[in-house]
Amino acid sequence: MSIDKETVRHVAHLARIELQPEELEKISGELHEILGFIDKLSALKVDEIKPASHILPISNVLREDEPKKSLTAEEALENAPGKKGNFFSVPKIIE
Amino acid sequence: MKYQTVIGLEVHLQLNTRTKAFCGCSTDFGKTPNSNVCPVCLGLPGSLPVYNRQALNFAIKLALAFNCQIQEYTKFDRKNYFYPDLPKNYQISQYDLPLSRNGRLDIFSEGQPKRIGITRVHLEEDAGKLIHEGSESLVDFNRTGIPLLEIVSEPDLNSPQEAFDYLTSLKNIIEYLDVSDCDMEKGSLRCDANVSLRLPEAKELGVKTELKNMNSFKGVKDALAFEVQRQSAILEEGGTITQETRLWDAESSKTISMRTKEGAKDYRYFPDPDLTVFIIERETVSTIEKQLPELPQRKIRRFVENYGLTEYDAKILAASRKAADFAELCIRDFPQTDKKEIVNWLIGPLLSEANQRKKHIDELGLNHRELIELALLVQKEEISHLSAKTVLGQMLDTSKTAGELIREGNLGQISDSAALNGIIDTVIRENLKSVNDFKAGKANALMYLVGQVMKKTAGKANPKLVGELIGRKLSDA
Amino acid sequence: MELNSLTAHEVLKKINAQETSSKEVLASLCGRIEKVDSLVNAYARKPQEGTLPLNLAPETGGILKGLPISVKDNICTQGILTECCSKILQGFKPPYEATVIRKLKDAGAFIFPLKANMDEFAFGSSTENSYFGPTHNPWDLERVPGGSSGGSAAAVASNQAIWALGSDTGGSIRQPASFCGVVGLKPTYGLVSRYGLIAFASSLDQIGPLTKDVQDAAVLTGIIAGYDPADSTSVNREVPNYTKSLTGEIKGLKIGIPREYFVEGLDAEVREVVEEAIAKFKELGATVAQVSLPHTEYAIPVYYIIATAEASSNLARFDGVQYGYRASSENLIEMYKATRAQGFGQEAKRRILLGTFVLSHGYYDAYYLRALKVRTLIKTDFDNVFKDFDCIVTPTSPTGAFKIGERATDPLKMYLSDIYTISVNLAGIPAISVPCGFTGKGLPVGLQIMAKPFGEETLFKAAHAYEQNTGWHKIKAKI
Repeated sequence: MSIDKETVRHVAHLARIELQPEELEKISGELHEILGFIDKLSALKVDEIKPASHILPISNVLREDEPKKSLTAEEALENAPGKKGNFFSVPKIIE
Repeated sequence: MKYQTVIGLEVHLQLNTRTKAFCGCSTDFGKTPNSNVCPVCLGLPGSLPVYNRQALNFAIKLALAFNCQIQEYTKFDRKNYFYPDLPKNYQISQYDLPLSRNGRLDIFSEGQPKRIGITRVHLEEDAGKLIHEGSESLVDFNRTGIPLLEIVSEPDLNSPQEAFDYLTSLKNIIEYLDVSDCDMEKGSLRCDANVSLRLPEAKELGVKTELKNMNSFKGVKDALAFEVQRQSAILEEGGTITQETRLWDAESSKTISMRTKEGAKDYRYFPDPDLTVFIIERETVSTIEKQLPELPQRKIRRFVENYGLTEYDAKILAASRKAADFAELCIRDFPQTDKKEIVNWLIGPLLSEANQRKKHIDELGLNHRELIELALLVQKEEISHLSAKTVLGQMLDTSKTAGELIREGNLGQISDSAALNGIIDTVIRENLKSVNDFKAGKANALMYLVGQVMKKTAGKANPKLVGELIGRKLSDA
Repeated sequence: MELNSLTAHEVLKKINAQETSSKEVLASLCGRIEKVDSLVNAYARKPQEGTLPLNLAPETGGILKGLPISVKDNICTQGILTECCSKILQGFKPPYEATVIRKLKDAGAFIFPLKANMDEFAFGSSTENSYFGPTHNPWDLERVPGGSSGGSAAAVASNQAIWALGSDTGGSIRQPASFCGVVGLKPTYGLVSRYGLIAFASSLDQIGPLTKDVQDAAVLTGIIAGYDPADSTSVNREVPNYTKSLTGEIKGLKIGIPREYFVEGLDAEVREVVEEAIAKFKELGATVAQVSLPHTEYAIPVYYIIATAEASSNLARFDGVQYGYRASSENLIEMYKATRAQGFGQEAKRRILLGTFVLSHGYYDAYYLRALKVRTLIKTDFDNVFKDFDCIVTPTSPTGAFKIGERATDPLKMYLSDIYTISVNLAGIPAISVPCGFTGKGLPVGLQIMAKPFGEETLFKAAHAYEQNTGWHKIKAKI
């Protein structure tokens, strides 16, 4: 499976990472190589196999509907790079 | 219109559990932003989710109420996208194995019964709130993590009115289940609509647009009506519909394109490895099923069949479950087989008092026996209907009984002919024109004269008796 | 005899006998750090000279009596910087602590306020991907200590920590343990709570001990293990007293040696040392036979699909909104893209992009879903072997520590060195690495022992017996 620069650019957008042109070039090459190696999986016959999305044989883990202590706004905002009053602040969203 | 309208609705419902979906933060929070949060709902690095058992039970309850098939094996998936109101930049939701599928809601629209399919009801978590202020956006995460159900209808709705009726019925049932406040104005019920047009004989669906930002059921109806017009006009001119999301602007009564850039969104769904799978045992489902309350449609039928109510009256009483239960107590304990009297009290004066006080009839602090007592007093002519209405208001304002209030206010109905005759004579003397009108054959004049006597007796005279007495006097004369 | 060179159980013996105090232990560690960490760089964000926390008096209660423990920088310590050695989390002080930290404090541990260096977000096998520069192997400062828990391993190996916590997603405790000549355990998935561990791959991550000997590992595991209602993947099961396994008796232990691990790529010197170790087990009464784990060759591709997919989602939250680094920008999208471009290192970007790709529309079935299925096959391989065997023994790594910079430019080559450790995480089983000798250049070699789920008692028993009968753990780096 080959991965071209266009695909990498699209994937970088999905992942919200800005890539410089040289980076795009380099990473595309690296990913291409890694994917080539990963492709050995396509040789296996797995149609009948169940996917192991959870490795533990446990199910139905739930918790009771009992309120617990919350953080204060001060604690929540302590690490905020941008804030205004008790809100987190981010640059404007342009659609 | 030559086109068939095809509408599907997606409702997001906040469940009224005490705590959030995946953490123990309370769902009942005040105004201070970001004060009802914890590492889990903030999505802080290292935090992990654990699902709320009550939310799952509520979800199963709702799915059963809509006749859905409950999946035996269900799981959570991550829906990945970036937005500042989504702290983890993924939403815990469900993708290919939702909690339930293939349900239905039977509605009445424009006099016709119709079955609307419900594609699925699945579990997810709410996002935070964003406020846009000039060059920045402010984020409040109090709302993140509130448990949501997404209820998706089949595209079986064929008019804005049907969509409205669907939503009304949906809300009615949900209210009965007591799993959500289902209030569009408060945001505990939100609705997006998908609408497309096609020629009646077409097999394929037309291009659809998605409508958002409707804040009421009427808003949904109006937005759909506008959009149908808009699309129809385009198609008439030979144009094509652009698949897009449009926002309803209630002020200008228009849908407005969002002008969004990207094509189909790629949410990269995959099973959330931080949560286990859920195996819903048959036994759990049947226990919850047994605990389902009687739902509105069955209750309405029962009121009609057992108590002889009209469908119309039954619907009014069944609008809220607790109100319906209160009404049923009144009806059941009313000592006559003909329930009309007590029903009229429920639908008339009591409902009116309730509306004035912005409450339901069961929230007025009135014991059902008290209402029955009042109705019986009127029936026995111990108090006039008019006075009884006043007494009712007073009963609601004070904690006094009808008997006490009637005695105190001297509101007993005056049925003593001797006492009335004097007043009647005065009224006849003061209203000679009406007297002459009556003698000339105008029946209304009698009503007017009765009314004048009622006025002079502050409503306490027995109107029937007054009418008789006046009639006798005037025909004697 | 420096206090910092002792094991935890030796120190505790002295403290209980009133021969020393945890305060003195702390002072000894700080002195050692001042002396050697400018060379080793086991700790991130060291303060300026002379301002090490010498005056922090540890609490002296519980069974640990205030004994300091060093913690990897991806485990949340309340009020103490936790940055995963990444620029994008700079300044992050968690308002809460990891469950394992709370358990340690309840047992009387003193959480050392400097955090151990690591590959950024645990992405790496060499600790060269840290924002704070590489850690150097105490046995040869030009070589890597392994990764991603290289700081924790190097600190223990150079007596800059009595014991430490690391995390293991594909070998990140065991491989540095092997390269640094210390003991490292990856517990069964679900044994130790992940609440407060900054996630790399949620279905693979586990926190575990890095210690100077097996007894310390047994004690530490016993403290941090146990059901946590805050972690849905935590197993509700009683934690055994692991120290009871330290009997020294392994007669009749059935050991399987997988043929797929002894092929080309395994360094000849490492092979020799490991085969001698296996012979030792036989000498001690174990029975040894060859077994097969047929899907071993697929483990790396499966791992790099599943782990990166999960990581791409887990790391989406690092966006400059709530905490950490935020790039200056005109609008939101620019903020996301610039923050993440500037805040993440190269390996992090590579893995996030790869993970995003394998989950993306059109590729999910061919990559992610397929990898999940092969994961089942890999797990089944182990289930089959454990029907007839108590444990599996392999080398921990195909080579000894490589030179800093040697593999940094070849990501694929770096990935391939995880071959022996990765299957363990995919199968969710426990595995321990114990020192078993040295290469010709004097570099430590680690022996890996694997057991079935919740088979830690077998691991401690086997590892302890081996250790006590060979004494490799007594040989220390000469730094």
